[in-house]
Amino acid sequence: MKYSILVNEGPYTHQASDSAYQFAKAVLAKGHEIFRIFFYHDGVNNATRLTTPPQDDRNIVNRWSKLAEDHKLDMVVCVAAAQRRGIVDEGEAKRNGKDATNLAPGFRISGLGQLVEAGIQSDRLVTFGD
Amino acid sequence: MTIKKFMFVNRKAPYGTVYALESLEVVLIAAAFEQDVSLAFLDDGVYQLKKGHSTKGIEMKAFEKTYGALEDYDVTKLFVDEESLAARGLTTDDLCVPVEVMSRVQLGKMIEDQDVVLSF
Amino acid sequence: MLNIVNKSPLDRGSLDSCLQAADGGAILLIEDGVYAATKGSAGEAKLKAAGSKFKLYALGADAEARGIADRMMDGITLVDYEGFVDLVAEHNTCQSWL
Repeated sequence: MKYSILVNEGPYTHQASDSAYQFAKAVLAKGHEIFRIFFYHDGVNNATRLTTPPQDDRNIVNRWSKLAEDHKLDMVVCVAAAQRRGIVDEGEAKRNGKDATNLAPGFRISGLGQLVEAGIQSDRLVTFGD
Repeated sequence: MTIKKFMFVNRKAPYGTVYALESLEVVLIAAAFEQDVSLAFLDDGVYQLKKGHSTKGIEMKAFEKTYGALEDYDVTKLFVDEESLAARGLTTDDLCVPVEVMSRVQLGKMIEDQDVVLSF
Repeated sequence: MLNIVNKSPLDRGSLDSCLQAADGGAILLIEDGVYAATKGSAGEAKLKAAGSKFKLYALGADAEARGIADRMMDGITLVDYEGFVDLVAEHNTCQSWL
Protein backbone atom coordinates (compact mmCIF):
# COMPACT_ATOMS: atom_id res chain seq x y z
CA MET A 1 0.00 0.00 0.00
CA LYS A 2 1.15 3.53 -0.79
CA TYR A 3 1.26 5.97 2.14
CA SER A 4 1.93 9.68 2.35
CA ILE A 5 2.51 11.61 5.53
CA LEU A 6 1.80 15.26 6.35
CA VAL A 7 3.79 16.85 9.18
CA ASN A 8 2.32 20.14 10.43
CA GLU A 9 4.48 20.95 13.45
CA GLY A 10 8.14 21.63 14.01
CA PRO A 11 10.50 19.48 16.04
CA TYR A 12 10.78 19.51 19.85
CA THR A 13 7.71 21.61 20.74
CA HIS A 14 5.02 19.17 19.65
CA GLN A 15 5.22 15.39 19.54
CA ALA A 16 3.76 15.44 16.01
CA SER A 17 7.12 15.19 14.27
CA ASP A 18 8.26 12.31 16.52
CA SER A 19 5.00 10.45 15.96
CA ALA A 20 5.27 10.97 12.21
CA TYR A 21 8.83 9.61 12.22
CA GLN A 22 7.90 6.50 14.23
CA PHE A 23 4.90 5.99 11.95
CA ALA A 24 7.06 6.35 8.81
CA LYS A 25 9.55 3.78 10.14
CA ALA A 26 6.70 1.36 10.86
CA VAL A 27 5.22 1.87 7.38
CA LEU A 28 8.57 0.87 5.86
CA ALA A 29 9.04 -2.02 8.32
CA LYS A 30 5.69 -3.42 7.21
CA GLY A 31 6.90 -3.41 3.60
CA HIS A 32 4.66 -0.58 2.43
CA GLU A 33 5.74 2.27 0.19
CA ILE A 34 6.00 5.92 1.24
CA PHE A 35 5.09 8.09 -1.73
CA ARG A 36 5.97 11.36 -0.03
CA ILE A 37 6.40 13.08 3.33
CA PHE A 38 5.21 16.67 3.17
CA PHE A 39 6.15 19.32 5.72
CA TYR A 40 3.76 22.24 6.17
CA HIS A 41 3.09 25.06 8.67
CA ASP A 42 5.82 24.98 11.36
CA GLY A 43 6.56 21.47 10.11
CA VAL A 44 9.05 23.07 7.72
CA ASN A 45 11.32 23.60 10.74
CA ASN A 46 12.06 19.87 10.62
CA ALA A 47 14.27 20.70 7.66
CA THR A 48 16.88 23.03 9.12
CA ARG A 49 20.34 21.47 9.26
CA LEU A 50 21.38 24.06 11.87
CA THR A 51 19.54 22.17 14.62
CA THR A 52 21.88 21.29 17.49
CA PRO A 53 20.11 19.43 20.29
CA PRO A 54 22.01 18.33 23.43
CA GLN A 55 23.97 15.10 22.92
CA ASP A 56 21.63 13.00 25.06
CA ASP A 57 18.58 14.07 23.04
CA ARG A 58 17.40 12.75 19.68
CA ASN A 59 18.42 14.74 16.62
CA ILE A 60 15.08 14.97 14.86
CA VAL A 61 16.41 16.61 11.71
CA ASN A 62 19.30 14.16 11.20
CA ARG A 63 16.90 11.31 11.87
CA TRP A 64 14.68 12.45 9.02
CA SER A 65 17.68 12.93 6.71
CA LYS A 66 18.96 9.42 7.45
CA LEU A 67 15.55 7.84 6.92
CA ALA A 68 15.30 9.60 3.57
CA GLU A 69 18.76 8.43 2.56
CA ASP A 70 18.25 4.83 3.68
CA HIS A 71 14.90 4.47 1.94
CA LYS A 72 15.15 6.96 -0.92
CA LEU A 73 12.22 8.95 0.47
CA ASP A 74 10.76 12.05 -1.13
CA MET A 75 10.60 14.65 1.66
CA VAL A 76 9.09 17.93 0.53
CA VAL A 77 9.01 21.22 2.39
CA CYS A 78 6.28 23.69 1.38
CA VAL A 79 7.92 26.69 -0.28
CA ALA A 80 5.51 29.34 0.99
CA ALA A 81 5.66 28.03 4.57
CA ALA A 82 9.46 27.71 4.29
CA GLN A 83 9.93 31.27 3.04
CA ARG A 84 7.87 32.60 5.94
CA ARG A 85 9.96 30.67 8.45
CA GLY A 86 13.42 31.04 6.94
CA ILE A 87 14.09 27.57 5.56
CA VAL A 88 16.32 28.21 2.56
CA ASP A 89 18.03 26.15 -0.15
CA GLU A 90 20.43 27.50 -2.78
CA GLY A 91 17.73 28.32 -5.28
CA GLU A 92 15.68 30.18 -2.70
CA ALA A 93 18.75 32.02 -1.39
CA LYS A 94 19.56 33.22 -4.91
CA ARG A 95 15.97 34.22 -5.68
CA ASN A 96 15.44 36.09 -2.44
CA GLY A 97 18.93 37.53 -1.94
CA LYS A 98 19.76 35.59 1.24
CA ASP A 99 23.36 35.09 2.35
CA ALA A 100 22.94 31.57 3.74
CA THR A 101 21.15 28.28 3.24
CA ASN A 102 20.00 25.80 5.88
CA LEU A 103 18.03 23.04 4.14
CA ALA A 104 19.07 19.67 5.58
CA PRO A 105 20.03 16.75 3.28
CA GLY A 106 17.16 14.64 2.00
CA PHE A 107 14.67 17.51 1.92
CA ARG A 108 13.61 19.54 -1.09
CA ILE A 109 11.56 22.72 -1.28
CA SER A 110 8.53 22.73 -3.55
CA GLY A 111 4.94 23.88 -3.83
CA LEU A 112 1.69 22.83 -2.20
CA GLY A 113 0.79 21.00 -5.40
CA GLN A 114 3.09 18.27 -4.09
CA LEU A 115 0.79 17.78 -1.11
CA VAL A 116 -2.33 17.62 -3.26
CA GLU A 117 -0.54 15.22 -5.62
CA ALA A 118 0.37 13.05 -2.62
CA GLY A 119 -3.33 12.94 -1.72
CA ILE A 120 -4.22 11.91 -5.25
CA GLN A 121 -1.46 9.34 -5.80
CA SER A 122 -1.41 7.67 -2.37
CA ASP A 123 -3.81 5.12 -0.96
CA ARG A 124 -3.60 6.82 2.43
CA LEU A 125 -2.57 10.27 3.68
CA VAL A 126 -1.95 10.53 7.41
CA THR A 127 -1.66 13.92 9.13
CA PHE A 128 0.40 14.63 12.24
CA GLY A 129 -0.09 18.02 13.84
CA ASP A 130 -1.25 19.93 16.87
CA MET B 1 -5.95 13.10 -13.89
CA THR B 2 -7.61 11.13 -11.12
CA ILE B 3 -10.26 13.14 -9.34
CA LYS B 4 -10.59 12.45 -5.65
CA LYS B 5 -12.95 13.83 -3.05
CA PHE B 6 -10.91 16.15 -0.82
CA MET B 7 -12.50 17.32 2.41
CA PHE B 8 -10.92 20.11 4.41
CA VAL B 9 -12.06 20.02 8.00
CA ASN B 10 -11.67 23.41 9.67
CA ARG B 11 -11.94 23.38 13.44
CA LYS B 12 -9.73 26.31 14.39
CA ALA B 13 -10.37 30.03 14.71
CA PRO B 14 -8.52 32.46 12.43
CA TYR B 15 -5.59 34.75 13.41
CA GLY B 16 -4.80 33.11 16.77
CA THR B 17 -2.97 30.44 14.79
CA VAL B 18 -1.97 30.23 11.14
CA TYR B 19 -3.87 27.02 10.35
CA ALA B 20 -6.98 28.63 8.85
CA LEU B 21 -4.97 30.77 6.44
CA GLU B 22 -2.54 28.06 5.35
CA SER B 23 -5.38 25.53 5.04
CA LEU B 24 -7.11 27.88 2.63
CA GLU B 25 -3.96 27.90 0.50
CA VAL B 26 -4.18 24.11 0.13
CA VAL B 27 -7.86 24.39 -0.77
CA LEU B 28 -7.00 26.72 -3.66
CA ILE B 29 -4.28 24.37 -4.93
CA ALA B 30 -6.58 21.34 -4.69
CA ALA B 31 -9.15 23.29 -6.70
CA ALA B 32 -6.46 24.18 -9.26
CA PHE B 33 -5.78 20.43 -9.55
CA GLU B 34 -9.49 20.09 -10.39
CA GLN B 35 -10.24 17.88 -7.43
CA ASP B 36 -13.70 17.46 -5.92
CA VAL B 37 -13.22 19.85 -2.99
CA SER B 38 -15.45 20.38 0.04
CA LEU B 39 -14.94 22.36 3.22
CA ALA B 40 -16.41 21.55 6.60
CA PHE B 41 -16.50 24.10 9.39
CA LEU B 42 -17.10 22.99 12.92
CA ASP B 43 -16.14 23.99 16.44
CA ASP B 44 -14.10 27.24 16.40
CA GLY B 45 -13.64 26.76 12.64
CA VAL B 46 -16.98 28.51 12.13
CA TYR B 47 -15.33 31.73 13.35
CA GLN B 48 -13.31 31.72 10.11
CA LEU B 49 -16.52 32.62 8.26
CA LYS B 50 -17.71 35.36 10.62
CA LYS B 51 -18.06 38.44 8.46
CA GLY B 52 -16.49 41.81 9.13
CA HIS B 53 -12.88 40.88 9.84
CA SER B 54 -10.81 44.03 10.23
CA THR B 55 -7.19 43.17 10.93
CA LYS B 56 -5.54 46.56 10.66
CA GLY B 57 -4.94 46.73 14.39
CA ILE B 58 -3.10 43.41 14.56
CA GLU B 59 -1.17 44.02 11.32
CA MET B 60 -2.10 40.63 9.88
CA LYS B 61 -3.48 39.86 6.45
CA ALA B 62 -7.27 39.55 6.47
CA PHE B 63 -8.32 36.60 4.36
CA GLU B 64 -12.08 36.81 4.67
CA LYS B 65 -12.27 37.78 0.99
CA THR B 66 -10.65 34.49 -0.03
CA TYR B 67 -13.72 32.59 1.17
CA GLY B 68 -15.80 34.75 -1.14
CA ALA B 69 -13.43 33.99 -4.01
CA LEU B 70 -13.70 30.22 -3.59
CA GLU B 71 -16.67 30.22 -5.94
CA ASP B 72 -14.39 31.45 -8.75
CA TYR B 73 -12.38 28.26 -8.24
CA ASP B 74 -15.56 26.16 -8.41
CA VAL B 75 -15.37 25.44 -4.71
CA THR B 76 -19.00 25.73 -3.66
CA LYS B 77 -19.42 22.94 -1.12
CA LEU B 78 -19.12 24.68 2.21
CA PHE B 79 -20.73 22.82 5.08
CA VAL B 80 -21.23 24.30 8.52
CA ASP B 81 -22.12 22.49 11.72
CA GLU B 82 -25.39 23.79 13.16
CA GLU B 83 -24.44 23.11 16.78
CA SER B 84 -21.10 24.89 16.48
CA LEU B 85 -22.88 28.01 15.18
CA ALA B 86 -25.49 27.89 17.93
CA ALA B 87 -22.88 27.38 20.66
CA ARG B 88 -21.17 30.58 19.50
CA GLY B 89 -24.31 32.68 19.22
CA LEU B 90 -24.02 32.84 15.44
CA THR B 91 -26.47 32.33 12.59
CA THR B 92 -25.87 32.13 8.84
CA ASP B 93 -26.60 35.89 8.69
CA ASP B 94 -23.28 36.40 10.47
CA LEU B 95 -21.30 34.52 7.83
CA CYS B 96 -19.42 36.04 4.91
CA VAL B 97 -20.40 33.40 2.34
CA PRO B 98 -23.40 31.18 1.57
CA VAL B 99 -23.08 27.80 3.25
CA GLU B 100 -25.07 24.65 3.80
CA VAL B 101 -25.88 24.18 7.48
CA MET B 102 -26.24 20.65 8.77
CA SER B 103 -26.14 18.63 11.98
CA ARG B 104 -22.93 17.12 13.33
CA VAL B 105 -24.15 13.67 12.42
CA GLN B 106 -24.86 14.71 8.82
CA LEU B 107 -21.46 16.37 8.66
CA GLY B 108 -19.84 13.19 9.94
CA LYS B 109 -21.52 11.17 7.21
CA MET B 110 -20.32 13.70 4.66
CA ILE B 111 -16.74 13.34 5.92
CA GLU B 112 -17.06 9.54 5.87
CA ASP B 113 -17.81 9.73 2.15
CA GLN B 114 -14.44 11.35 1.24
CA ASP B 115 -11.25 9.98 -0.28
CA VAL B 116 -8.86 12.37 1.44
CA VAL B 117 -9.58 14.21 4.68
CA LEU B 118 -7.27 17.05 5.63
CA SER B 119 -7.62 18.82 8.94
CA PHE B 120 -5.37 21.61 10.06
CA MET C 1 -12.94 5.82 8.95
CA LEU C 2 -10.03 5.76 11.35
CA ASN C 3 -10.32 8.72 13.71
CA ILE C 4 -7.01 9.74 15.24
CA VAL C 5 -7.23 11.82 18.41
CA ASN C 6 -4.07 13.31 19.92
CA LYS C 7 -5.43 15.68 22.56
CA SER C 8 -6.33 15.17 26.21
CA PRO C 9 -10.14 15.42 26.51
CA LEU C 10 -9.70 17.70 29.52
CA ASP C 11 -7.69 20.19 27.46
CA ARG C 12 -9.48 20.32 24.13
CA GLY C 13 -12.76 19.32 22.55
CA SER C 14 -11.26 17.08 19.85
CA LEU C 15 -12.51 13.84 21.39
CA ASP C 16 -15.98 15.28 22.01
CA SER C 17 -16.25 16.48 18.42
CA CYS C 18 -15.01 13.15 17.12
CA LEU C 19 -17.47 11.19 19.25
CA GLN C 20 -20.38 13.42 18.22
CA ALA C 21 -19.65 13.82 14.54
CA ALA C 22 -17.80 10.73 13.36
CA ASP C 23 -19.94 8.11 11.70
CA GLY C 24 -18.53 5.12 13.59
CA GLY C 25 -15.44 3.16 12.63
CA ALA C 26 -12.42 3.22 14.89
CA ILE C 27 -10.79 5.71 17.23
CA LEU C 28 -7.04 5.57 17.78
CA LEU C 29 -5.74 7.61 20.71
CA ILE C 30 -2.17 8.82 20.32
CA GLU C 31 0.09 11.35 22.10
CA ASP C 32 -1.92 13.20 24.81
CA GLY C 33 -5.05 11.56 23.43
CA VAL C 34 -4.20 8.40 25.40
CA TYR C 35 -5.20 10.13 28.65
CA ALA C 36 -8.82 9.78 27.51
CA ALA C 37 -8.67 6.04 28.09
CA THR C 38 -7.49 6.25 31.70
CA LYS C 39 -9.68 4.24 34.08
CA GLY C 40 -11.89 6.42 36.25
CA SER C 41 -11.36 9.55 34.14
CA ALA C 42 -13.92 11.79 32.46
CA GLY C 43 -12.54 10.60 29.13
CA GLU C 44 -13.28 6.99 29.95
CA ALA C 45 -16.89 7.92 30.74
CA LYS C 46 -17.23 9.61 27.33
CA LEU C 47 -15.70 6.67 25.50
CA LYS C 48 -17.96 4.25 27.37
CA ALA C 49 -21.02 6.36 26.61
CA ALA C 50 -20.24 6.00 22.90
CA GLY C 51 -20.78 2.28 23.46
CA SER C 52 -20.03 0.00 20.58
CA LYS C 53 -20.22 2.74 17.95
CA PHE C 54 -16.40 2.82 17.73
CA LYS C 55 -13.66 0.26 18.04
CA LEU C 56 -11.16 1.74 20.47
CA TYR C 57 -7.37 1.66 20.18
CA ALA C 58 -4.54 3.47 21.91
CA LEU C 59 -0.88 3.70 21.03
CA GLY C 60 0.93 1.66 23.70
CA ALA C 61 4.17 3.62 23.48
CA ASP C 62 2.34 6.86 24.27
CA ALA C 63 0.50 5.30 27.23
CA GLU C 64 3.76 3.83 28.56
CA ALA C 65 5.61 7.12 28.15
CA ARG C 66 2.98 8.80 30.32
CA GLY C 67 2.94 6.10 33.00
CA ILE C 68 -0.66 5.10 32.38
CA ALA C 69 -0.32 1.87 30.38
CA ASP C 70 -1.50 -0.15 33.41
CA ARG C 71 -4.56 2.07 33.83
CA MET C 72 -6.13 1.66 30.42
CA MET C 73 -9.89 1.13 30.46
CA ASP C 74 -11.45 -2.20 29.53
CA GLY C 75 -12.44 -2.58 25.91
CA ILE C 76 -9.50 -0.71 24.45
CA THR C 77 -6.77 -2.42 22.43
CA LEU C 78 -3.20 -1.22 22.74
CA VAL C 79 -1.25 -1.17 19.49
CA ASP C 80 2.36 -0.40 18.53
CA TYR C 81 3.35 1.82 15.57
CA GLU C 82 3.07 -1.14 13.18
CA GLY C 83 -0.43 -1.72 14.54
CA PHE C 84 -1.11 1.97 13.80
CA VAL C 85 0.01 1.37 10.19
CA ASP C 86 -2.32 -1.65 9.96
CA LEU C 87 -5.26 0.38 11.28
CA VAL C 88 -4.66 3.03 8.62
CA ALA C 89 -4.57 0.31 5.96
CA GLU C 90 -7.74 -1.36 7.22
CA HIS C 91 -9.84 1.81 6.96
CA ASN C 92 -10.54 3.59 3.68
CA THR C 93 -9.75 7.00 5.10
CA CYS C 94 -8.34 8.50 8.25
CA GLN C 95 -8.91 11.81 9.93
CA SER C 96 -6.70 13.45 12.50
CA TRP C 97 -8.87 15.45 14.90
CA LEU C 98 -6.23 18.12 15.53
